[in-house]
Amino acid sequence: MNENAELTKEYFEKRNKRTKTSAFIKKLLGNNNLGDFIFERLTLLFAMLVFLLVLFMAWEMYSHSILSIKKFGFHFLVTSVWDPFNEVFGALPIIYGTIVSSLLGLLIAVPLGIAVAVFLSEIAPGWLEKPLSFLTELLAGVPSVIYGLWGIFVLVPWLRDNVEPLLQNTFPNSPLFQGAPYGFGMLAAAVILSIMVLPIISSISRDILKSVPNTQREAAYALGATKWEVTKIVLGNAKSGLLGAIMLGLGRAIGETMAVTMVIGNRPQISASLLDPSYTMASVLANEFTEATSDLYLNALIELALVLFVITILINILARLLVWSTERKWKSNPA
Amino acid sequence: MKFKIFSTALMIAAAFSMTSFAQMRLTGAGSTFDYPIFSKWFDTYNKMTGTQINYASIGSGGGIQQLTAGTVDFGASDAPLTEEQMNTFKSKRGTDVVHLPIIMGGVAITYNLPSVGQGIKLDGETLADIYLGKITKWNDPRLVKLNPGRNLPNKAILVAHRSEGSGTTFIFTSYLSKVSPEWAKKVGNSISVNWPVGLGAKGTEGVAGIIAQTQGAIGYIELAYAKQNNLPYCAMKNKAGNFIDVNFNTVSEAAAGAAKHMPSDLRAVITNADGKNSYPICGFSWIVVPKDIKDYSHAESLVKFLKWAVTKGQNDATSLYYAPLPKPVQKLDLEKIAMITSNGKKIK
Repeated sequence: MNENAELTKEYFEKRNKRTKTSAFIKKLLGNNNLGDFIFERLTLLFAMLVFLLVLFMAWEMYSHSILSIKKFGFHFLVTSVWDPFNEVFGALPIIYGTIVSSLLGLLIAVPLGIAVAVFLSEIAPGWLEKPLSFLTELLAGVPSVIYGLWGIFVLVPWLRDNVEPLLQNTFPNSPLFQGAPYGFGMLAAAVILSIMVLPIISSISRDILKSVPNTQREAAYALGATKWEVTKIVLGNAKSGLLGAIMLGLGRAIGETMAVTMVIGNRPQISASLLDPSYTMASVLANEFTEATSDLYLNALIELALVLFVITILINILARLLVWSTERKWKSNPA
Repeated sequence: MKFKIFSTALMIAAAFSMTSFAQMRLTGAGSTFDYPIFSKWFDTYNKMTGTQINYASIGSGGGIQQLTAGTVDFGASDAPLTEEQMNTFKSKRGTDVVHLPIIMGGVAITYNLPSVGQGIKLDGETLADIYLGKITKWNDPRLVKLNPGRNLPNKAILVAHRSEGSGTTFIFTSYLSKVSPEWAKKVGNSISVNWPVGLGAKGTEGVAGIIAQTQGAIGYIELAYAKQNNLPYCAMKNKAGNFIDVNFNTVSEAAAGAAKHMPSDLRAVITNADGKNSYPICGFSWIVVPKDIKDYSHAESLVKFLKWAVTKGQNDATSLYYAPLPKPVQKLDLEKIAMITSNGKKIK
């Protein structure tokens, strides 16, 4: 280690002798090399640009939704009528549809995704792990309109003819399964979303589980723990990171547009029944933006985009913080 | 080698003649409904005259905005501008907006009832009540009464509609508003509305998809799509009391009936039109242009193109499943086009 450091130092000293920088620039740069200086500032500039872009987008959306913000104020978020003809805009059912469809999707995807991750990181032998992780991650690369088409032609008829009648017969009095089973609706959206977020949750969870130091597992085995007990310990240690993976999945689900639009039924209503149609913010924007003719209507749509933007950013920040906190825990304090 | 030089020279000559040919460039934006026929027109017209027309099919709303902002030469919209939009236009551009009916579309009411087959009869009030959620079964007494001798099943009706703003929805809700006071009061007429019941789907193909998938479904789709895919459609009772199938002739007939009392600005919504054989659910799509155009050369080219489009261009309509403008409407269009000026001067 020491030898290495000396060698490196020697190399830089030699190189600095070779590069003749003028005294003035040297003074300006301090100890730094000119190329490094430019490179550093340039990358800093681009990094700041990304941040500024986000602020700029938020400001643009705010300034273009000012009509709607002024007219409806807080009511925009808590009333339920979305009527472009009479220009009354209340986004509650749409916000509700977005959040509920995403949470239901997670309800299906989380156990599956974490199970996949546990298998890949704790159980699968090396030759199986690589191809399997590749295949799950491949799911993330499928364009969402393909999921949508699959939803219309395969998932919806299957839900309509098999799953939904079965649910209604099994739970005849449950408010969750009332109404005619059309296949299109909240349930279809949740299932599609669960498939779409599965690869995100499983691949991030796998990385998180792998970052738990092996010494933990070895220690547990040494004490005579079974495979299941060891897995429980690993999961316990990776808790907050897994939560972060789930939140990233949630972020993806909330912003998903095309596939959801194609199966959710596009109806702004709040209904307890999972068989009823619903609507999400991203779907409303995709559907209504191009033909929105009046100023107030456009402003209301952009305000909806702003709400979606804020929700997604908050979820992503929270998720990142959770993932980082796990990683840092193990880096600073390798058990 | 000689041949090579010769062909290169020829190509250069051709390139030059092309550039001198393609000096005029017009831009337009708007309706997606118009896009198929517009691309055909712009291609034919470019070959004929060298005038190049670029069109962005960004939706009617976008087209109106772009025209109001003055970034395009013309807009295209499936719904006429509202009073408010016309006022905004006037205050921003300092001139009025001219509406020119440019092509027609019919809206077919299609359904999925394999046991019943083609041509169920419907009238406006019944259709409105289905879309209001008041009639929920196919064997409702009112439907049975309209279809004597037909075995309508005891099946739930699933209503399908467009989820995005669309000219088709504008025409459909305009019809329902005219035939049902309750619809006019509760829902209204717009390119997108607050639907009382049903499933929304994106695009004509989305609505057709829901209908094809679900027995008992009903929905409205463009005539072109219904014809291309051989979907069953309803015979609609018109104002004169006859049950009419939707096709190019019955749609053009509706426009001819409406042409007799067109408003002077041509913002005519011709649903539920007079005429013995008029199909009641159809409408115009409009090109909108400023009445006074600053740049003379643009104005001249635009006027020439518009004159061609509303007359000779109409011959392309049926092959693309649009209904052509009937002669009286073409005449009204030509009169309007003649009133377009450039800085107050007439255009030759």
